[in-house]
Amino acid sequence: MSEFDQMYREVILDHYKSPRHHGALEPCDAQAEGQNPLCGDEVAISLRFAADGETIAEIGFSGRGCAISQAATSMLTELVIGKSASEVAQLPKETLLDEIGIPLTPARLKCAVLGLGVLKVALHRAKGTPLPKEWAGLGDLDLR
Amino acid sequence: MPVTPQRILDVEAVRADFPFLEELVDGRLFAFLDSAASAQKPRQVIDGLADFYRHSYANVHRGVYALADRATAGYEDARETVRAFLNAASEREIIFTRGTTEGINLVAYAWGLDNLGPGDVVVATDLDHHSNFVPWQYIAGRTGATFATIPVDDKGDLVLEELDRIAGLGRIKVVAAGWVSNALGTVNPVELLVAWAKEHGAISVIDAAQAAPHRAIDVQALGCDFLALSAHKLCGPTSVGALYGRAELLERMSPFQLGGHMIRQVRHDRTSWGELPAKFEAGTASIVEAVGFGLAIDYLQDIGLDAIEAHEHALLEYALERLPEVPGITLYGPPASRRAGVVAFNLGEIHPHDVAQVLGFEGVCIRAGHHCTQPLLRRLDLAATNRASFYLYTTRAEIDRLVDGLHLVSRKLG
Repeated sequence: MSEFDQMYREVILDHYKSPRHHGALEPCDAQAEGQNPLCGDEVAISLRFAADGETIAEIGFSGRGCAISQAATSMLTELVIGKSASEVAQLPKETLLDEIGIPLTPARLKCAVLGLGVLKVALHRAKGTPLPKEWAGLGDLDLR
Repeated sequence: MPVTPQRILDVEAVRADFPFLEELVDGRLFAFLDSAASAQKPRQVIDGLADFYRHSYANVHRGVYALADRATAGYEDARETVRAFLNAASEREIIFTRGTTEGINLVAYAWGLDNLGPGDVVVATDLDHHSNFVPWQYIAGRTGATFATIPVDDKGDLVLEELDRIAGLGRIKVVAAGWVSNALGTVNPVELLVAWAKEHGAISVIDAAQAAPHRAIDVQALGCDFLALSAHKLCGPTSVGALYGRAELLERMSPFQLGGHMIRQVRHDRTSWGELPAKFEAGTASIVEAVGFGLAIDYLQDIGLDAIEAHEHALLEYALERLPEVPGITLYGPPASRRAGVVAFNLGEIHPHDVAQVLGFEGVCIRAGHHCTQPLLRRLDLAATNRASFYLYTTRAEIDRLVDGLHLVSRKLG
């Protein structure tokens, strides 16, 4: 398999070209946006909880960035819908990376986990769920 | 317009000097089009560094044994090489730094903290690299001075008509400008900006990181007060650069970093500063890197800066002619006549990271991102761009590979 086909797997290109849950939710129960300072990729995520106030019922994202960051965020939205805020707050990045399933250099890894970080910040702001160490402090920052 | 060179650059002879050009990726040579980020090194520099470590290495200035003398001589000879390269009046005006960023920070802190205050205006430009933007913004904020920037137009040229409006903001005290834009290749009219600074009694600070590798510089003819450059962009080692400063200003300035070597006398109640340039070179210098800096300058001067500039200009014209063949491409930046060997572009909606990644699979090395110029990209309403940049070892065949690679990216991701 060529390097291109390994990284830009069909499923990645599919999510990139036809992103799931694309667009901001208004009004919403939780929201955050973030940037990868290395490359300027941007992702904004908004979501609504179910009647129990805990389960993610609806989610939407927007942004501009590379195929990896946008496809990974699209895949993330499918992964977390129906899960509780506390479950997602603890979701290890490896779960998302397994889903993405492509070899990633350190630079591209940051692209792949950008959406997950933004989602955790949104949950932290709305529910006070803990932020993992690598995102500590981000909850207080104006990420715009 | 570029100068008419005395010598013609023989690109195949130049390429024979660069060992990285022998490296293969999947059986092919790299097409290295990222020299604006950092240039590759010729064997004259690589071998010279190893020789110096083997035969001449010791700490400089303080030892009295022969080896220390040899090391000191090498380090100080390199300073003389940099002085001659910039045509500074004296070696006292050449301070070795860690690079352009440190040179600019030195002026911003050591001159700025003592000389700026409310009502003063510090002027940079919207084309500047963060290294000539953030230090001035920060020091202006610390001192209560106003930070203003000269805007750019859609082509990436400075809007000089705005100078009068900026002059109305207060007392102009600093005019800091990049000579050549790393993001777009724009060659700025630094002579005019230096004259404007003088007119207002301001100091002029030139970021020559992208100019020094590609054109001859004469600081006395230019008349600037400070000029900063990095070795690694001109085929020298990382972690070394130089700041030129007019002696009269450097003598009156407070020191920047404090510690060993920069002192005259240290007492419990007070310390006095050393002579120039030691006053601004605290701690053990990047000794061998400075020697390598000198070797890189010797190497470029043997080829001829005018020949290098002409070679790059021909490549730029060729690239600007060929790149529009790629469907969906948008090129940014001024016309070739006011531009160095840098081309910035986007390929339809395909994110630059993906463009550069796929080109990378093909062995074509370009840079993608904001190029440390976020204010410029925001002004042009862009999140990121692709950037290919050329140097003395770049060939037309490498630009052909870029164009072929972009066709491939367009087919795969478009």
